[in-house]
Amino acid sequence: MYVAVKGGEKAILNSHRLIAETRRGNPDVPEISAEQIAEQLGLAVDRVMAEGSIYDRGLAALAIKQAQGDLVEAIFLLRAYRTTLPRFANAQPVDTARMLVRRRISAAYKDIPGGQVLGPTYDYTHRLLDFALAAETGVGTPEAAEAEEPLDPHMPRVAEILDEEGLVEREHTDGQEAAVFDLTREPMSFPAGRDQRLQNLARGDEGFLLALGYSVQRGYGGNHPFAGEIRMGEVSVEIVPEELGFAIDIGDVVVTECQMINQFTGSKDTPPQFTRGYGLAFGHNERKVMAMALVDRALRARELGETAAYPAQDEEFVLYHADNVEASGFVSHLKLPHYVDFQAELNLIRKLRREHEERHRKEAAE
Amino acid sequence: MSAARPAWDEAYNFAYLDEQTKRMIRRALLKALAVPGYQVPFGGREMPLAYGWGTGGMQVTASVIGPSDTLKVIDQGADDTTNAVSIRRFFQRVTGVNTTEATEQADIIQTRHRIPEVPLREGQILVYQVPQPEPLRKLEPRETETRKMHGFGEYGLMHVRLYEDIARFGHIATTYSYPVMVNGRYLMSPTPIPKFDNPKMRNNPAIQLFGAGREKRIYAIPPYTRVESLDFEDHPFEVQRWPHACALCGSRESYLDEVVLDDSGGRMFVCSDTHYCATRRAAGHSGAMAEGSVARALAPSAGKQEDSHERA
Amino acid sequence: MSALEAVTAPRAAVRPLLRVCGLSKSYGETVGCVDVSFTLYPGEVIGIVGESGSGKSTLLNLLCAQLEPDAGTVEYDVGGEGLRDVFCLPEPQRRRLMRTDWGLVHQNPRDGLRMDVSAGGNVGERLMAVGARHYGAIRGEALDWLSRVELDGGRIDDRPKHFSGGMQQRLQIARNLVTRPRLVFMDEPTGGLDVSVQARLLDLLRGLVREMGIAAVVVTHDLAVVRLLADRLMVMRRGRVVEEGLTDQVLDDPHHPYTQLLVSSVLQV
Repeated sequence: MYVAVKGGEKAILNSHRLIAETRRGNPDVPEISAEQIAEQLGLAVDRVMAEGSIYDRGLAALAIKQAQGDLVEAIFLLRAYRTTLPRFANAQPVDTARMLVRRRISAAYKDIPGGQVLGPTYDYTHRLLDFALAAETGVGTPEAAEAEEPLDPHMPRVAEILDEEGLVEREHTDGQEAAVFDLTREPMSFPAGRDQRLQNLARGDEGFLLALGYSVQRGYGGNHPFAGEIRMGEVSVEIVPEELGFAIDIGDVVVTECQMINQFTGSKDTPPQFTRGYGLAFGHNERKVMAMALVDRALRARELGETAAYPAQDEEFVLYHADNVEASGFVSHLKLPHYVDFQAELNLIRKLRREHEERHRKEAAE
Repeated sequence: MSAARPAWDEAYNFAYLDEQTKRMIRRALLKALAVPGYQVPFGGREMPLAYGWGTGGMQVTASVIGPSDTLKVIDQGADDTTNAVSIRRFFQRVTGVNTTEATEQADIIQTRHRIPEVPLREGQILVYQVPQPEPLRKLEPRETETRKMHGFGEYGLMHVRLYEDIARFGHIATTYSYPVMVNGRYLMSPTPIPKFDNPKMRNNPAIQLFGAGREKRIYAIPPYTRVESLDFEDHPFEVQRWPHACALCGSRESYLDEVVLDDSGGRMFVCSDTHYCATRRAAGHSGAMAEGSVARALAPSAGKQEDSHERA
Repeated sequence: MSALEAVTAPRAAVRPLLRVCGLSKSYGETVGCVDVSFTLYPGEVIGIVGESGSGKSTLLNLLCAQLEPDAGTVEYDVGGEGLRDVFCLPEPQRRRLMRTDWGLVHQNPRDGLRMDVSAGGNVGERLMAVGARHYGAIRGEALDWLSRVELDGGRIDDRPKHFSGGMQQRLQIARNLVTRPRLVFMDEPTGGLDVSVQARLLDLLRGLVREMGIAAVVVTHDLAVVRLLADRLMVMRRGRVVEEGLTDQVLDDPHHPYTQLLVSSVLQV
């Protein structure tokens, strides 16, 4: 049997060696460990876990190291790895009202039951380069002061406060244990349910959603949102094993959740009330979940009887183009050889030019 | 043939995908074969290859390949283009199957942009990588609308496009991804193969499977199926012809690639199907730029090869 | 005997082409149209007039099944086999109707034409949609239609974006009539055109409609348009039909105060 090994194969192997060398950089500089990435580049790890759809800080850190810090590439690595993992169980819905909160703010109320909890945020830092971080001696072991009293364990979600007054739409629970759409197992179909939409947005590219959310605010979608609540912290994940028949806790995950509150003028059947846009993602991913909530609300235009005229309101446009693994793959595939098709186009354009010239010659002769 | 098969990388399931996923894809393939040309949505998985680089074809191949199969992978008709090499290496690693460059010896041929020149036979499977499964997409961006157009058989708009070509250029100016009607019912994208290859799809004894990973669609042409390239009665479908023969093997039957020799307009034309070209040269054929004796000396011992083959 | 009955009585033997019963549509608090009923016979042209916001465009969109009504029915004589509710037709059949037996002339030709397809392709599209596969024949038919709408055949390969507004509108008409529809919906067909261009277009439309025996529903705020084209007239206000009858009768002897206002506020033609 003849086994094909040729020039292309050698070039690929050499390229792999070269990338390994480039990734390592100057060998005089100590090699970074995945553990260091997991600990010290935590927000990068969070983004890779969210868009890579695997909650595993170690794997995400490894992917970031392997991808030389290219997060879209790291997300791709996690997704490809995800394909090889068997599915043991489906988790119960996480209850973010029972979150162990590390940060929780509302822009809609000055004070709320449970209080505003600023937590770790860059919001109020001055964006000045901190040269102390570049010092060779390092930053030592900075410690935050402990709060004088523990956080109120009762932190109702802000949307629920509005809900009691009937000012905000009810979340749709159809009550039936209808099968939840599974984006990782089924192709997208349209019109998309909210389950499909939220799953897509949760894995969607942060930059894409940010730009879309921004466009909504600038008038390409005409929403007037309030950040009803943003909360970040640990929630427990539970599964119900068939053998047991009751829920057991299998661990905690950090998630960020955003509830946007939007005006709505009402329709024939419903009085004016606030509507919701929802965002949720693994890790500390505030920009992502805010943008997600804006886009989620914009995509409800048709459901709420609004005119859908802008990109962020266009379901097929948004959902088909949000995934950066799909997008970067298809854009980069232009690097693949296309010379068969290019040859066909070359022949055609030569033929067309020849015909064009002949026509002109004939016209000139007449 | 070697006695002991090389083992695959056992960190992964055979052919990378887990058995449930393969079964799901095989179900989609069966449906696709039952409704020729119809795009079956399937739960495509992320593969360790970028979308647009053949993830759909890889998933199809992974679902139909068995340990005793022999695999050929081509890109642009060539076995040694980098992406073909990359995909072949992937399958060597995760299946351990034998690979070949010989079209006749392959059980499964995964391809991008070409159909081999050597006619396929019964029992072979040709797996196409599909970047955009929807032939109507350039005319209608919405999936909800194009699915209706397929469902209702509303294909008039495609002919408007061909009409425009003739009105402007005097002939149809689509050179690749030239749309076909399958079994008289579904309009289908043949993938970006040159229209030169379109006639090979018709009544082909092999099974033709199409996988679009990013768009998560599978479609198929069963053996011996009617496949017609769209045209007008007074402007029938035509394939490309070259005024040249292959500079290496002298073939006037094959699809030719243009190779730029220098920056003063020097060109040569050679077969895009590298295996076809090499086999011909091994059998003693030579073109204008082949040093006949050199070609013979370099070629591996000759396999059987006929001078020409009938094309539908 | 009312004016309406006077018109329809002699046609009693003829089967209606379109029958509309109790058609209503609202957008939240806003009324679109309320309880509209009428019957249209083959070859008959009905005009619907009213100011903007009177509900006439809503009505037109309901009639051609672009919009679902809250109540009421629209029945059409599909394939000459008797009246069938168009909203109960299977979607493919309804779509087929739209591109064969019906025509829809938009006020803005950009909505009704493919601006990046040549004039010939625009006219030929419906033919190809119903299976025409001979390029020469399609082109011949397109040329014939260009001349019927008084467009220069030499422009057959030009794209409509290079046409004037009047030419675009004539092309849109040709594109619709090429499959010889039995019913054409027109939304302000002369809107946005110069007065001299309007007159010529109206003349052309009247000629084609009469010659081909096409039935039509013409929505307009321009009484001159209905005077020239319509056999019958419905006057709409706030979503309701306030007066209807033979065109000349309604225009020359309006009964409803709103119609009187409408008639007196425009130049007589």
